[in-house]
Amino acid sequence: MSQGTNSGQVLTAGGQRSAGAEAAFSMRGRFLRKNLLTALLLAPATLWLVVFLVLPFVAIAVFSVGERAPEGGYQAAFTFAQYANLPARATAFWNTMMLAPVGALACLLVGYPVAYYLALRAPQRWRLILLALIVIPFWTSLLMRTYAWMYILGGRGIPALLAYIGIEDLRLINTPGAVLLGIVYGYLPLMILPIYVSLERLDRRLLEASADLGATPLSTFLGVTLRLSLPGVMTGFSLVMILLLGEYLIPTLLGGGKVFFIGNALVDLFLQSRNWPFGSAIAITLVLVSVVVLIIANRISTRLSGARRVDLI
Amino acid sequence: MRAFVVAVFAFLYLPIALVVLFSFNAGHHASEFTGFSEQWYGKALSNPFLVEALKNSLFIATTSALLAAFCGTAAALGLQRVGARTRGVFDALLGAAIVVPGVVIGISTLVALVQLFAVVNPFLASVWPTDQPPRLALGYGSIIAAHGLFSMALVTMIVGTRLSSLDRNLVEASSDLYATPLTTFRSIVLPQIMPAVIAGFLLAFTFSFDDFIIAFFVAGAQTTLPIYVFASIRRGVTPEINAIATIVLAASVLLVLLAQWQLGRRKPSP
Repeated sequence: MSQGTNSGQVLTAGGQRSAGAEAAFSMRGRFLRKNLLTALLLAPATLWLVVFLVLPFVAIAVFSVGERAPEGGYQAAFTFAQYANLPARATAFWNTMMLAPVGALACLLVGYPVAYYLALRAPQRWRLILLALIVIPFWTSLLMRTYAWMYILGGRGIPALLAYIGIEDLRLINTPGAVLLGIVYGYLPLMILPIYVSLERLDRRLLEASADLGATPLSTFLGVTLRLSLPGVMTGFSLVMILLLGEYLIPTLLGGGKVFFIGNALVDLFLQSRNWPFGSAIAITLVLVSVVVLIIANRISTRLSGARRVDLI
Repeated sequence: MRAFVVAVFAFLYLPIALVVLFSFNAGHHASEFTGFSEQWYGKALSNPFLVEALKNSLFIATTSALLAAFCGTAAALGLQRVGARTRGVFDALLGAAIVVPGVVIGISTLVALVQLFAVVNPFLASVWPTDQPPRLALGYGSIIAAHGLFSMALVTMIVGTRLSSLDRNLVEASSDLYATPLTTFRSIVLPQIMPAVIAGFLLAFTFSFDDFIIAFFVAGAQTTLPIYVFASIRRGVTPEINAIATIVLAASVLLVLLAQWQLGRRKPSP
């Protein structure tokens, strides 16, 4: 009897407890299910980013403090000798550090008027078509487009035409000028797009207000248009410059052996002379320089106005 | 200003036009057009090395773009459900995957994979029941994975942009009307993000098909079309390369136009 009561009490208590636990459990279950789904959605991307971005970066960081094995490749060590040896590739660094900003600046000078025209002057119905015409080259093979210039600047291209009118022995290909031309050709779309985006969002009333207040077109441009488009300019400039720091194809195909870039040095160190630790130290330095460029560009553009997202397509 | 803009467009398209024009040149020389002929296309397509490289490139681009479209879309959906801190970490990594120069991605992947294989292969050999254990090596897999990194980041960004402009009212209306989350996803979210997914896939395909520098490092014994073309260019310029270039350019232009058309679609077609 007493046992029955007891068990009844236990049952009741148990029942109450289980009801509460059930509610808590189902809430927890929903919470878990929700988190499980989130984890499942993010798992492939996380795995990919860890194995093919973070791990490789850690690997070259480790390699960069190692030593070259006698037969090529890597030998474990902890030394900063590779970094101390960086001046051995000073020419490549110098060429890259010169041509990257100069190339980005050339892209800017050619690209800004185009972006300005597209955003503020072009007829509405033409705007999207013209924009598409800018985007298409960006997504077509850089190799093929650089090849086109090899073709034009090479011995059978412009020099052959010039020979008809008596200008002989003009060398165009394999010069720094050819590399600069290839850079502008290859990266112009990447410069135009962000500038276009920042100009397109510009409040036209500001331009009218500036004119109404008696500003000349030039001072309106300098004080309003250019100032407000600076975030786009900084985005374009830093993107082009960072990609140029690692450029390999353009200097190889249009610069011959003369215009030696960091990209060429890396290919040489990894695929030919097999000095992986030194190559890793160069690659790490390259990434650090890129990060510094990005931070500076970001500082400048957030100081001038809020940072803006730019879509590449 | 207009004249300048016209000149820039001419600058962008004339070299491409010249390559296309001379791919139809009957003669061998680039300085004079001696008549129309499609012989170089025939020569290019009967070159077994070239066809092999083309097939490899098509396979690699399709696989990596499919993987990227799937994982990138999943990641974009997942990122909607996490806190600001996790999102920040992901955004930084995805941004890095896009911005880090290809040459650095190429060498770091090469270094990491070679080290990884050096550990995994002896291990596989010791546990494998037969005498012929599988040997991991650079090849299709490493190119697909390395291309997929950039492509996945690209898809995540494109789909993420579309998701953030998604009409929240529709999603709420759907759940107010007692649709299950899965139904809401299938009938509201998916149709709205589908153009972005397709555009992402097409751009990922284009990227992989065109990439030279990453594949150059991680291809191992395999050859892709850009690697083959690069090697031929270094041996000398021939109209045969113009023919390949024309085919590749035409394919890229078509894919980009398709992608833009998909992204431009505001509403899914019924």
